[in-house]
Amino acid sequence: MSAPRVDGLPQQHGSPTQQMPLVAPRSAFAHDWTRIARMGSIAAFGQVFIALSNMPVRLDERLIIKPVLSLGYLVLLILPFAAGYRQGHQIRREGVPTYSPGLNEVVGGFLCGALAGAGLSLLTILLTHFDLRDPLVNWSPMLLNLLSFDNSSWFGGVIWLAIGAAMGTAGGLLRLVGPTSRRATITIVLAVTGAAVLESVVVDLAEGLGLEPLTDRLYHRRGGINWNSALGLAGLCGLLAVTGQGRLRQAKSFHAQLQGKQRTQANGGLIILTATLLIVLPLFLGKLTNELLANVGLFVLLALGLNIVVGLAGILDLGYVAFFAVGSYTAAVLTSATSSRITPEIPWLAALIVVVILTGLVGLFIGAPVIRMRGDYLAIVTLGFGEIIRLLFLSDWLSGWFGGAQGFTKIPAAGIFGLTEVDGTDPRRVFYLVLAFCALAIYVSWRLERSRLGRAWMAVREDETVAEAMGINTVNIKLLAFVVGAMLGSLSGAIFAAKVGSVFPSSFQILVSIVILVVVIFGGMGNIVGVIAGAAVLIGVLGGPKQPGLLAEFAEFKLLIYGALLIWMMLAKPEGLIPNVRRTRELHHHEMAQDAWLQGQPPRR
Amino acid sequence: MTTQTTLTEAMPTAILETRNLSVSFGGLHALEELDMQVSQGEIVSVIGPNGAGKTTLFNAITATVDISAGDILFEGQSVRGLDPNKVTTRGIARTFQNVRLFANMSVLENVMVSQHCRTKQHAFGALLYTKAFRREEAEIRQRATEILSFFGTRLIGYRMDQPAFSLSYANRRRLEIARAMATQPKLILLDEPVAGMNPVETAELTGMIRRLRDEWGFAIIVIEHDMGVVREVSDRVVVLDHGVKIAEGSYEQVSKNSQVIEAYLGKGVPEK
Ligand SMILES: Nc1ncnc2c1ncn2[C@@H]1O[C@H](COP(=O)(O)OP(=O)(O)OP(=O)(O)O)[C@@H](O)[C@H]1O
Ligand SMILES: [Mg+2]
Repeated sequence: MSAPRVDGLPQQHGSPTQQMPLVAPRSAFAHDWTRIARMGSIAAFGQVFIALSNMPVRLDERLIIKPVLSLGYLVLLILPFAAGYRQGHQIRREGVPTYSPGLNEVVGGFLCGALAGAGLSLLTILLTHFDLRDPLVNWSPMLLNLLSFDNSSWFGGVIWLAIGAAMGTAGGLLRLVGPTSRRATITIVLAVTGAAVLESVVVDLAEGLGLEPLTDRLYHRRGGINWNSALGLAGLCGLLAVTGQGRLRQAKSFHAQLQGKQRTQANGGLIILTATLLIVLPLFLGKLTNELLANVGLFVLLALGLNIVVGLAGILDLGYVAFFAVGSYTAAVLTSATSSRITPEIPWLAALIVVVILTGLVGLFIGAPVIRMRGDYLAIVTLGFGEIIRLLFLSDWLSGWFGGAQGFTKIPAAGIFGLTEVDGTDPRRVFYLVLAFCALAIYVSWRLERSRLGRAWMAVREDETVAEAMGINTVNIKLLAFVVGAMLGSLSGAIFAAKVGSVFPSSFQILVSIVILVVVIFGGMGNIVGVIAGAAVLIGVLGGPKQPGLLAEFAEFKLLIYGALLIWMMLAKPEGLIPNVRRTRELHHHEMAQDAWLQGQPPRR
Repeated sequence: MTTQTTLTEAMPTAILETRNLSVSFGGLHALEELDMQVSQGEIVSVIGPNGAGKTTLFNAITATVDISAGDILFEGQSVRGLDPNKVTTRGIARTFQNVRLFANMSVLENVMVSQHCRTKQHAFGALLYTKAFRREEAEIRQRATEILSFFGTRLIGYRMDQPAFSLSYANRRRLEIARAMATQPKLILLDEPVAGMNPVETAELTGMIRRLRDEWGFAIIVIEHDMGVVREVSDRVVVLDHGVKIAEGSYEQVSKNSQVIEAYLGKGVPEK
C-alpha cells in the first residue's frame, strides 16, 4: 500500500488541470486525533439517540435482508460506517498536500467506528445495571433485548464495539478502492436497500404484470429480501456497474451539451417517455400503490405551487397550507349536501372554477397587506395567516358555514364531464386526476418562469431595491407570485376534498406548510424536476403529515428524519437534490468565480 | 435602435428641476434647499467632496429616500411621493455607486428584465404562448442585444449568457449603464461611472457618456470624482458641499471658484 494511488481519490468537480500532485500516504498512526474524537463521538451520540428514541425496536419489524438485517439494525450500523468514511476525507486546498489514501484511513476509520460503537456498548451496559426507566421514556425490554442480542449485556457491549469498529473500518476501506469498485459498491448498496424499500411497489407491479414468480424468489413471504436473492442482486448490480463504466454520466453530459433544436427534441422525448410511464404503469398497480402515488401527486401539486412563491419569487411563505385549506373547504361547501348554507350543490368541475378564483382572491387579500414586508417578517406574518385561516374554519362563529370541528363529510365524488367519478375508493382515478393537474401546474411554472414575469421574479429575488429602481413594480409582481401559488395549491385542496370525502380543520395544521416547504427545499428550490423528486422521496418513502409512505414503520419518526435530512442537506448540498442552476450560483458563486479564476478561464454556466 | 428623440435643441427646456430640495437623516442635513435644473440633452456633472450629498440627490430623485422638503419636477410634473418604479417608468434611470447588478442572472437577462416597465405581456400571454407574447419576447431580446452592442464586443457574444458576477469590474459598470438604458429613460443618472477603472477604460467610457447623449438622446447627470472626466463630458457642473450647492457653471468657471477650491482642499483649519 505504499505506492501512491491516484484513482482512489474522489473525483472533484471542475477540471483536474491544476490539481496538486498526490503525496505518499501518511503513516498509519499520524492522525488528527481531535478529528477522530469528534467524528466518533458524533456518531456515538447519534447512535445512542437513535436507540433511545426507540427507532430500532419499531424498525426491527421491517426486514431488509431476510434473516440477517433489519431496518432497525441498519439505522444503527450506518452511523459508524459514515463516520469511518468521512474521517478519511481530505480537504483540498491550494498549497496543502493531498495524501494518497492508505493504511492511515483504515486505522482512522477503525478508531472512529470503535468510538461510535463504544457509545452503544456503554448504553447497553448502563441500561441493564441501572434503572433508567424514569428519565428514558422509551426504555423497553425489547430495546434491551435488541441491544444485547438476547444475551448478556456484556456480550452486547462487546459486540457493539466490534460492530462499530468493523463498520468504521469498512468506511475507511471505501477510501482505498478505485473508482470502479467504489461505484460498484455504492450501486450494490443502493440497489439492495432500494429493492427492500420499494418492496411493496415492486411486488404490486409484478402482480399486475404477472411476474409473481420473480418477486416470490426475491422477497421473503413475510417481507425482506431473501439473503440468497440479495447476493444475486448484489452480484448483478455490481456487474452492471462495472460494465456500465459511467455510461449514465456520459449520457448526462451528452444531454447537457446538446444545443437548440436537438436539446428540445431530447427533452421532448424524455417528457413523453415519463408521461407514458406515468400513464401506463398505474394500470398494473394495485390499490395501495396507487393510493401512495395519488398522495405523492397531491404534494407535488402543492410543492409546485409553493415553488413559484418561494423558489421563483423568493418569498418565504410559511402559511401555504391556508390555500390548500381554502381550496378544500370551498370545494366541500359547494359540492357537499351537508353544507346547509349554500344549497344548490354544483358539480365538482364547476366548483373548481369557483375554488380557483376564490382562493386567488384570498391570496390577494392575505398578500396585499403583508407583501410589502421583507424576509423574516413576511415569513412570520404568513405563518400567522396560515393559522388564522385554520382557526376560522374551526371556529364556532363560522360553524354554520364550515361545520366547525366536525368539518364536512359526505363530499361527493368529483365527476369529470360525466365520464368518470373520482373519489377515494378508486385511487387510480385520483392519481390520473392529480397527474393531469400536476401537468398543468408544471406547464404554468415552466411558461411563467421563461417570461417577462419570471425574469421579474428572479430580479426581485436577487435584489428587491434594485428591481424596484429598474422599473419593476415589486409589490405587484410579488403579489402575482403569491396568487398564482395560491391558485395551484387550491387545486390540490379541491382534489383532496373529493378524494377523502371529508374535510376537517385538523387536516390543515401548520405541519403541512412546513412539510411542503421541506419538500421544496430538499428537492431543489426553483427547479420543477427537483421539487417532484423531493416529493417522491419525502412523501413517497417517508410519508406525508398524515399519509403513510413506503417505510410506514418510520411514521412515528418522520419529523425527526425530516429534520435530520434537512440539516444534512443544508450542510452538504444547500441547493437541493436537483438544483436550479441559478440557486446553485447564488449559493456557490464565490467558489465558482474562484475556480474559474484559478483555471484562467471564464466560469461556465 | 429605437428612435429616441434626437436633439430638439431650439429651446432647451428643463427636463428635471429640483426646487428647494431638502433631505435629512435625523439631524443630518444631507441636502439643503437645493435648486437645480437639467435641460433636455444636457450633461450635468455633480461634484463635491465625500459625504457632500451627491448620492443622496440621486436617491431623492429616484424616490429611494424620503424628501423632507421641496419638490422634484420631471418634465414639468412632480415626482415627489411616487414609488421608485413609477419614477423609472416616467423616464429616469440610474446606476449605483456600489455596482448592484442582478449577480446571478445572465448579462442578457439583466438587460432584458430592465425592460419590464416598457413591456406589457402578462400571465395569459405567457401561458397561452400567444403570437403577441412571442413577438414581444423577441423584441425584448433584440433590444437587449442592441443595447449591449453599444459597448462594442465587450458584453456580447459568449458573455451574454454568463452570470453577471463573472464580469470584470469595468464590465459590471458597463452592464449597469446598459441596464439603465434598457428602461428607455429620458434622463440617466450615473453615479461615479468610472470609479475603479483604469485610464484606458476611463477614456473609453468618457466618450461613451457623450455618445449616450448624442446618439441616444438622453439627458445625463453624472456624479464623478475624476476631474478629467468631468471636464470632458459636462455642459455644466454643480458643486455640492455638506448638502449645499456652493457653485454652478461651466467647468472652467467652477474650477476657479474659491469656495470650490476651499471645499476640496480645505482651509488652514477646518471649521465645524
Ligand atoms: N440612508 C442614510 N441614512 C443616514 N445617513 C445617510 C444615509 N445616506 C446617506 N447618509 C449620509 O448623508 C451624507 C451624504 O451622503 P452621500 O452618500 O449622499 O454622499 P456622497 O456625496 O455621495 O459621497 P461619496 O462621494 O462618498 O459617494 C453622508 O454624511 C452620509 O453619511
Ligand atoms: Mg456617493
